[in-house]
Amino acid sequence: MPETSSNKEDARTSVRDDAERQTRQKSTHEDEDVVGLGKRRAVAFVAPALALISVFLIFPAVWTLYLGLTNYGLTGSQALNPQFVGIDNYVSALTNPAFLNSLWLTVLFVFGSALIGQSCLGFLIAWMMMRVNKVVRGVVEFFVLLGWIIPSSVSTFLWFALLDGSSGTLNLLLHTPGTAWLLRYPMWSIIVFNTWVGTAFSMLLFSSALASVPPSQLESARSAGAGAWAQLRDVIFPHIRGHILTNTLLITLWTFNTFTPYLLTAGGPDGRSEILPVFIYKLALQNGMLGQGAAISLIMIILNLMIALVYIRLLRTKEQ
Amino acid sequence: MMHGKHLVAVGGVLTASLVLAGCGGTKAAVSNAQLNAGAKQVTLTITANAISGGKNAQEADWITKYVIPQFEAAQKKKGVDAKVTFDPNGVDDAPYKTKISLALNTGGGADVISIDGIWVGEFADAGYIKPLNTVVGKDVAAKWSGLSQINPAVQQVMTYKNQLYGIPDGTDGRVIYFNKNLFKQAGLPTDWQPQSWSDIISAAQKLKSLPGVTPLQINAGSAMGEATTMQGILPLLVGTGSPIFKNDKWQGDSAGLTSTLDLYAKIYGADKLGDLQWQQAANGRDQSFAAFAKNKLGIIIESDYLWRSVINPSNGTAPMANRDTAVGWAKIPAETAGTGVNGQNFVSMSGGSGEVLNPKTKYPQQAFELMTFMNSAAAVKARLGNTPQITARDDVNSQVLASDPLLSYIAKDVLPITIYRPSLSDYTKVSTALQNATDSVVNGTSVANAATTYQKTLEGIVGAGNVFK
Repeated sequence: MPETSSNKEDARTSVRDDAERQTRQKSTHEDEDVVGLGKRRAVAFVAPALALISVFLIFPAVWTLYLGLTNYGLTGSQALNPQFVGIDNYVSALTNPAFLNSLWLTVLFVFGSALIGQSCLGFLIAWMMMRVNKVVRGVVEFFVLLGWIIPSSVSTFLWFALLDGSSGTLNLLLHTPGTAWLLRYPMWSIIVFNTWVGTAFSMLLFSSALASVPPSQLESARSAGAGAWAQLRDVIFPHIRGHILTNTLLITLWTFNTFTPYLLTAGGPDGRSEILPVFIYKLALQNGMLGQGAAISLIMIILNLMIALVYIRLLRTKEQ
Repeated sequence: MMHGKHLVAVGGVLTASLVLAGCGGTKAAVSNAQLNAGAKQVTLTITANAISGGKNAQEADWITKYVIPQFEAAQKKKGVDAKVTFDPNGVDDAPYKTKISLALNTGGGADVISIDGIWVGEFADAGYIKPLNTVVGKDVAAKWSGLSQINPAVQQVMTYKNQLYGIPDGTDGRVIYFNKNLFKQAGLPTDWQPQSWSDIISAAQKLKSLPGVTPLQINAGSAMGEATTMQGILPLLVGTGSPIFKNDKWQGDSAGLTSTLDLYAKIYGADKLGDLQWQQAANGRDQSFAAFAKNKLGIIIESDYLWRSVINPSNGTAPMANRDTAVGWAKIPAETAGTGVNGQNFVSMSGGSGEVLNPKTKYPQQAFELMTFMNSAAAVKARLGNTPQITARDDVNSQVLASDPLLSYIAKDVLPITIYRPSLSDYTKVSTALQNATDSVVNGTSVANAATTYQKTLEGIVGAGNVFK
């Protein structure tokens, strides 16, 4: 039985593919007005979207590029008459040990909290929730979702209460009075915190991805004697590879750009949890060096684009 | 294909026009001192880093309960319908400064703004504030009667390049506070006056024997921001002979800086006389205040702010019930007798704050009227309430300071030996570099390395030619 159903599905997909190919070919043949709007009206239709993109995306990016080439400051004469300094900001950023340290911490942070923490934990919860009853599932999902729903200013306050050195809950539970977790293990603290915040998204995405795995295939794998790992590897993963990539892309970018850990450790102590967004905030707004901050922001935009490109490439190869 | 080209062109034009608009936006408009001078409907906003129930609560309550109703009533008598609002803040100085800089940069902000005197230079250079003579007119600014009550030395707090930018509302001084009860327990004199840094260290070493007591707090690290510079590194540095800025040059990797950083290394490293975590945590300064209020901290260098606004038993943020009997104070000693700036035995640092006018205010005359009203003798006395403070006005000081032992001590013994920070726009960057140097040292970097890094950073800020050792 399972075999026929999967054959049917293959047949259906190939029909759909053919149809798509045909429409594509058609549209390349007629390089004209498919919708019948006329050029002017077509432009009018996309103009609002384009204006928005220009105002909120292109303009800030170009502006950042320009600011990064100046010594623009928040106060002082550099605020009134910024001087053009060329690539000085980029040179000093790339040779600044504090920036390189921050970049490394960001890599650790993304790797630890997004890839290992959120992705794996989210998948694990989603996978385990497949085989429990609705009530348990509802309760677990509710608690995981809390981390995602609670406003970050509130949740950081709660984590402060948990990790505080003098009267923190964790110290009471572990009988380790006086351990200032945020100061002694700043990176661990923000990695665990960010995992807690973001796991809900991966869990939800993987839950719906797992629901799309045909139960018949799982069943036949089981009846063929496949263990949990074999089922995961040979049945589930091939089905949800696209979801894994999408999820990884989104949470990598979010984690790369998140500022919330600032509320927990303020980048300290002594820059030991100063991930890039925090580094830029301190440089540009606290120390008022907006030009330098803009240069590093642009470096960050480029890194973001590179991450996105890698994932999109991977997605394409998968589709082919 | 045509579509694509069109769209790119549209986007390009949009972007270009926005870029140009952005460029134009930063230029300051020419101000008109007489703008809306005769208006019958006036709206004004005051902002300060003060909030009811939190930071500088007394000032916030004074603005909302005294200044605003009194000023509005006085205006009503003149037939002017004035509506004044207060925009409160309750944050550290750095984010407050960032907030008002951004507001002024983008053409917004309150009409009357309370700022730290040390920001005057950088704000003026940025065009965020303008001399009073420009904002309200020479004749108006000079005519205010209160100016004659403000000592010229105190006027310097709001002066930059010989121009008065606002009205100072007070000054302060730093002393070394100690807990007499803890001193007694440790067998130390309760009328303590250290003569050198080593006197401080040896007292702290004795306090170390008391269980649960942190002997000494000298602010370090970048988390405390300017509090590290003003209560930590600068009072120590002037005790080694030279201020941070002398003869148009900034102090670099000097012998004085090395001894200062050595002292930090001793306190937080080898001898463990201070609590390292307070220097690292985001709210470390508050933690040290709380410990002092709970009789758990022996010695701390602070300004009169600690006494009147933090451990004040009636309205402080960390009220100390036994403040009046338990807290002692002394002058901050130089490294050793006579090594202080100008050959002094004792040193201190002072700052001050005041109000400035937003040069883009819609009602410059009325805003000036509000600001002078806030600095009238009656209003200043109302601001103090039962908590005296060193105000900018001599007439008020002579009436209120006598009732407070610490403030009269500072006015009499500390202000004559004190030093003000240079009112230059590079100062805050130099200050940050100094904070980072202490941060590295207390976190284990060698003094030599921290001093070299500081020297390099300083040269980057002010230019190698403007540094002395």
